[in-house]
Amino acid sequence: MQIYLPIAELPISVLTVLGLSGAVGFISGLFGVGGGFLLTPLLIFLDIPPAVAVATVAAQVAGSSMTGVLTYLRRKALDLKLGGVLVTGGIVGTVLGVLFFNAMRRLGQLELVITLSYVTLFSIIGGLMLYDALRAMLRVRAGKPARLKRRGGMHPWWMGLPFRQRFYRSGLYCSVLPIALLAIVIGFIGAVLGVGGGFILVPGLIYFFRIPPAVVVGTSLFQILVTMTGATVLHAVTNQSVDIVLAVLLLLGGVIGAQFGGRAARNLNVESFRLLLALLILSVGLRFAIELFIPPNEPFSVVVPESAR
Amino acid sequence: MKRLLVLLALLAAGLCPAGARAEALIAAMSSHQIQITSNYTGSQLTVFGLVERDGRTVARGDPYDIIITVRGPRRMLLVREKERLGPIWINRTQRRFPDNPVFLLVASNRPISEMMSLETAQRDRIGLANAERPSGSWVDLDPSSRRFRESLVRIMQAKDLYGYAERGVTFLSNALFSAPVEIPATAPTGSYTVDIVLYSGGVPLARQQTNFEVIKTGIEQRLASGAYDWALLYGLATVLLALFLGWGASVIFRRD
Repeated sequence: MQIYLPIAELPISVLTVLGLSGAVGFISGLFGVGGGFLLTPLLIFLDIPPAVAVATVAAQVAGSSMTGVLTYLRRKALDLKLGGVLVTGGIVGTVLGVLFFNAMRRLGQLELVITLSYVTLFSIIGGLMLYDALRAMLRVRAGKPARLKRRGGMHPWWMGLPFRQRFYRSGLYCSVLPIALLAIVIGFIGAVLGVGGGFILVPGLIYFFRIPPAVVVGTSLFQILVTMTGATVLHAVTNQSVDIVLAVLLLLGGVIGAQFGGRAARNLNVESFRLLLALLILSVGLRFAIELFIPPNEPFSVVVPESAR
Repeated sequence: MKRLLVLLALLAAGLCPAGARAEALIAAMSSHQIQITSNYTGSQLTVFGLVERDGRTVARGDPYDIIITVRGPRRMLLVREKERLGPIWINRTQRRFPDNPVFLLVASNRPISEMMSLETAQRDRIGLANAERPSGSWVDLDPSSRRFRESLVRIMQAKDLYGYAERGVTFLSNALFSAPVEIPATAPTGSYTVDIVLYSGGVPLARQQTNFEVIKTGIEQRLASGAYDWALLYGLATVLLALFLGWGASVIFRRD
């Protein structure tokens, strides 16, 4: 069954979109990432104009993270105070990112910047996570505890900076500064790459601040919900590229997939959780690396500049 | 069939006893508007035409040839070429094609190469490669420009937006012809022009132009214009709908 998308201006198979968004929704619910970094390239692969893909995925991510936020809120696995700090930092980072985005577009190298950042970011983050997850697994095999236990008085130095706050839900007593810095970096990257940034936020909170994964996922979803709600309205006002029909289709698949993903997450132990997330991120990085390093079959490409649409 | 008969009657009524010595062309479209609805998956139109001649028209030794060129709305197109820079492949050179049709279809009753010489085709802008060639021959002196233009045509052909049907025109009689025009769903909205040229022995005898448009209708049109005219409201509505669906899912799937 085909349906015509009014903004993307092409017909698309309803079943294909539902299947794709369902699968991405499952991953999103499982890992607490928005799923934008998977969905956007997939939609572009289906010939949907990149601007429409980025803007519409923002709406989809907002909707599906809403489901997640409500679920984690009920399970009391959401730190609203931490979320507030993240959102504030994220807004600052987003503004900086949009400025950088426009500067690169003026220079005509935006596409290269995006591909290169995907490759480096995903390879580094995915690689580090994979290394760490494998090491933890080996420790378990050897009969040692999976990771060094967090002990009172043993904090990384950045947690002891000024403006220390107590985050009860996360079991964290830490300076606001490094958390805000992380949020600014994520907002910046998110604005440039058109992704929510959950895939950086989740490992960031786990590794740098040792927050329990269960709380991290809920809090990350909260931050994504706020950012993507703003991003959708911003896209609709500035470039009119939000496709409401596509958004509804993506949501239908996404929210259902996210439910199953969220349930699967409860049955997953921390070590395999980290290993799977690492592999997922690494494979997206590889996919972009192939594009960059393999000689293309068709070196030419035709684009209709967005301003001319 | 009924539609064809009506068209034939119309065409016959159009015959007038003018003192023309050369042939004249009469053409009609099966429709002048393609409406995009929510189940739109492309459309097909038919061009009908008649080669009009009277007793004083000179006799031709060569058969009639018809070439139809359909051009879609014009946009600025950018063609980029990936080149190697160290270990990676990046877009390095690009060329602008301002005012280039996003849709281009050429149909003829037999291969163009059998109808006319290469020079004639270039001069008269006949065929996929020549249809948008800028006038003058200086362009061919710049090989890189030609490379980009050829790539543009090749890529657009792969997207089904450009096409050449070398036997796309059918003569129903000596003088009456028809040609189907496939409009894929990805073809842009806007106005399309249809140029019909009559050749005989490699010489153009008559030409005719008609047109049609592709527009969004119904809910598709309302959503698209809403996104432009009420951008803020549209954005808020989309996001609220998204949040509502998200909330709905958490209610439906709630187990505890």
